[in-house]
Amino acid sequence: MKQFLSFVKKEFFHIWRDKQTLFILLGMPIVQITIFGFALTNEVKNAEIAILDQSKDAATTQLISEIRASQYFTVSAFLNSPNDIAETFKQNKAKIILVLPASFNSDLKHLNKAQVQLIADASDPNTATTLINYATAIITDYQKNINKTSQIPMVINTQVRMLYNPQLKGAYSFVPGVMAMVLMLVCTMMTAITIVREKEIGTMEVMLVSPVQPLKIVVAKAVPYLLLSIVNIISILLLSVFVLDVPINGSIVLLMGESILFTITCLSFGLLISSLTGSQQTAMFIALTGMFLPTIMLSGFMFPVENMPLPLRLISNIVPSRWFYQIVRAVMIKGLGIEGVWKQTLILIAMTLFLLTLAVKKFKIRLE
Amino acid sequence: MATDYIITTEELTKRFNDFTAVDHISFYVNKGEIFGFLGANGAGKTTAMRMLCGLSLPTSGKATIAGFDVYKQTENIKRSIGYMSQKFSLYEDLTVRENIRFYGGIYGKSNAFIKEKTNWLLQQLNLQDEADKLVGSLPLGWKQKLAFSVAIFHEPQIVFLDEPTGGVDPVTRREFWNLIYEAAATGITVFVTTHYMDEAEYCNRVSIMVDGRIDALDTPVALKEKFNAATMDEVFLQLARKATRIDN
Repeated sequence: MKQFLSFVKKEFFHIWRDKQTLFILLGMPIVQITIFGFALTNEVKNAEIAILDQSKDAATTQLISEIRASQYFTVSAFLNSPNDIAETFKQNKAKIILVLPASFNSDLKHLNKAQVQLIADASDPNTATTLINYATAIITDYQKNINKTSQIPMVINTQVRMLYNPQLKGAYSFVPGVMAMVLMLVCTMMTAITIVREKEIGTMEVMLVSPVQPLKIVVAKAVPYLLLSIVNIISILLLSVFVLDVPINGSIVLLMGESILFTITCLSFGLLISSLTGSQQTAMFIALTGMFLPTIMLSGFMFPVENMPLPLRLISNIVPSRWFYQIVRAVMIKGLGIEGVWKQTLILIAMTLFLLTLAVKKFKIRLE
Repeated sequence: MATDYIITTEELTKRFNDFTAVDHISFYVNKGEIFGFLGANGAGKTTAMRMLCGLSLPTSGKATIAGFDVYKQTENIKRSIGYMSQKFSLYEDLTVRENIRFYGGIYGKSNAFIKEKTNWLLQQLNLQDEADKLVGSLPLGWKQKLAFSVAIFHEPQIVFLDEPTGGVDPVTRREFWNLIYEAAATGITVFVTTHYMDEAEYCNRVSIMVDGRIDALDTPVALKEKFNAATMDEVFLQLARKATRIDN
């Protein structure tokens, strides 16, 4: 135990002395959450909307005021005729235009059915789609409201249904993704590098000659990074809740438990890398291509797994962060309990055991 | 076998597939001796030394270190030996004191022992003022001396030095050897590999490995006589030229 403690203490010294790295490790989640939460978000705020109101009655006024009230849109212009539409887009005065026909109010009253047209500037297709979704949602809301007071139900053709994230908030999907990314970076890459560094500088040899069991060396290396990761998890969660307004709907204990499980998966992978390579560069390269890229590309964080071609979908199954990403989304956003994520949890446990066994085995072989 | 032998080997062999790195070597090392282990690069020195340190299992043959068997009692061996690798083996981002503490700690020494011995050691090396400085800021010669002192900090019976003076200036090498003599005087056996033939002269006895075998083993004086050479350098060259193995 004393040996072990000397080791852990030494590891903390290493981390503490390397202020630059420490700063990066602790600052990274904060920066990433901020970047992903605000700058790189695909949600749109205060987009300019122009309105061509040919009806100008109580019903359209009501609808327009609801659009104004939403934080997604700012009404930038009222158009007088359909001829202005093209010009408005050309001058970049609006990203989307709502056209209300002259018969809007009468159609609604007499036919119980009215039409509106949404025209979006699709030169930026992502934004256009998002804006269309926002606008449709507002219109649907409006229709529901008037249905409450009318005896004959109105026919609603548009049905926009966004479970769990009705406002299409970007942060909902970024927070779990950033968590997976940060944990992996800290655990996989740092563990791999720190062990390989000892090989490079020759201290590993000295330790192998000493009576310390190899397993103790390995675990002592992992402990400080586990603690560092817990600090990172906490800072990400605090930022999400208090800055990005992403709620933690499920149990915090379960969320922490799953995060620690994933941290251990990453640590095991880092250990495996370190026992396979002899140079810090190689270790870093393997960690990046083996963990970091798949996390970004294949976990479902950037691109939905469902949309991938079959081979990539199959590969994504062996990417641990894919399962972790699902777990965090389920627990944090959907508020599910362990009954909702037991399958993913089991997969992660199995992966961890596999990686750990392999790492320890490889580590021992090197001694021979 | 006489108990005064701290290292004994008998037909010790290590094969990697069909390559015989160490080829049936038999020798012994006396207690308290400074034993020079010489050989050209690729002659099998490092492999032999790794077997003696318990880092690598022999393919065949026998060996005992401090009375312990290299096959079955590697744990006991590890407790009885110190090791200094040819790479500099201290942590540059730790202070002198922290390095000493760490190595004391992994050998399971008590805090009291570590504290007392650290002070003694710092005084011995004249490093009191540098105790809380990072090792990385020390000159190479000092680091090397510190690394040696750390290797024998836990008071082992034998210390293995793998080319300990590589890249060090002659004056510091001389000082380093003074430390080795001091350690030997306290009864520690020193097993040292080196490429510097003047250092070979400092040893009580030297062995010279060629192609995995020990071709010569005696005191430097006797070896020079036997090979009719003025210096150990000549002895070494005469033997090393016979090598058929390509330097890897």
